[in-house]
Amino acid sequence: MVMTAPLPTAAAVRSLLRSVVDPEIPTVSIVDLGLVHDIRVDARGIAVELLPTFVACPALEVIRSAAIDALVGLGSPVDVSFTFAVPWTTDRLTDAGHAGLRKAGIAPPAPPADVRCPFCESGNVAMDSLFGPALCRSLFYCRACRQPFEAFKPI
Amino acid sequence: MTDSAAFEPLAMDFDGAGDGGERALALLLLSMADDEFVIGFSDSEWTGIGPILEEDVAISSLAQDELGHAQALYGLLVNTVADGRDADAWAYDRPPEGYLHARLLDHHRGDWAMTIARRYLYDTADAARLEALAGSSHQPLRELVAKIRREERYHLMHVQTWIERLADAGGESRARLVAALATLAPDAGTVLAPLPGDEALVRRGIVTEAFATIEARWRDAVGATFRSLGLPTLPPTADPDHARSGHSDAFRALHAELTMVRQSEVGATW
Repeated sequence: MVMTAPLPTAAAVRSLLRSVVDPEIPTVSIVDLGLVHDIRVDARGIAVELLPTFVACPALEVIRSAAIDALVGLGSPVDVSFTFAVPWTTDRLTDAGHAGLRKAGIAPPAPPADVRCPFCESGNVAMDSLFGPALCRSLFYCRACRQPFEAFKPI
Repeated sequence: MTDSAAFEPLAMDFDGAGDGGERALALLLLSMADDEFVIGFSDSEWTGIGPILEEDVAISSLAQDELGHAQALYGLLVNTVADGRDADAWAYDRPPEGYLHARLLDHHRGDWAMTIARRYLYDTADAARLEALAGSSHQPLRELVAKIRREERYHLMHVQTWIERLADAGGESRARLVAALATLAPDAGTVLAPLPGDEALVRRGIVTEAFATIEARWRDAVGATFRSLGLPTLPPTADPDHARSGHSDAFRALHAELTMVRQSEVGATW
């Protein structure tokens, strides 16, 4: 007689996904980034659907394999895929996600007039360039603490 | 039926891809993917030599976006045609004459004014095309287009700023922009030239309007911008029957470049 281990719950899966981060923003989990679209657990295994932030984001494969690594210990087959079922938008970032971005020196997404410096909180900032070192970010300069910084693009 | 000679090899390629509607869908996906792939690869040549640092970063970002859109569109094509070819095979394993990008993108990237003029004409036409796909009956395309349009908004903001800057600057900047537009404008409408199977695409709701309607709306919008900047009126499309065929030597050179690594070790896993 074969003993069947109980299936993990979706909540357990989500909790483990909190250990998976965007390799370029190690202070924000993919859960707080709003990447997790769907988690299904059944007899066939664990299926996770993630949303790409940008279509051309080069970190997708790294995130996918990190998510698989985080879940294999649960003892079920793991499938992690990306979907465009709904467009990822910056509204999906959680409050913890915003805090994590500031910790990484990146201003959370906001209309240009509302962007605040992640280092000194000043609103006395200017946009240098709509495009930054990653697809998801713009370049700003803080006139108060005289630091350049990156801001997440609202999308 | 437009351009039947150019599409003939593809008709054979799509054996088993279902009825005429499936073939029209495949041609739509391939033409869009090739457009994004060619402009993305071509503009990526500015990386490291952009006119100022911020623009070097910006054009590299724009190029990266386009290559990502191409990859996703080739991915949809893989599922539509389902002949065993993956996205990389579609992107890299065709001869130059097998590509279906619009003739507008056959031009060399040229100087910065030429690149900006081409981006302006392409991005505005692409935006009009994406608008007509936002309500597509083909769900995977509709979902991808919803995502792509959010990114293309930034492309439009960028290129609108630049075309105004060059046009209003006068002097050499304006002269170079006007010269670039004189070269490119007769080919601008090729992005929205009807594809074979246009009627099937509309009948099935894959595209919500005929390309002729989309093109007319795009022409009105670009015409208004050009009038406000004092730029010459867009001429009608030259040789519309060869909108996506008979590619240029500049494209053949680009094709040799972009397939070089893939061809250096056929079948290798990178």
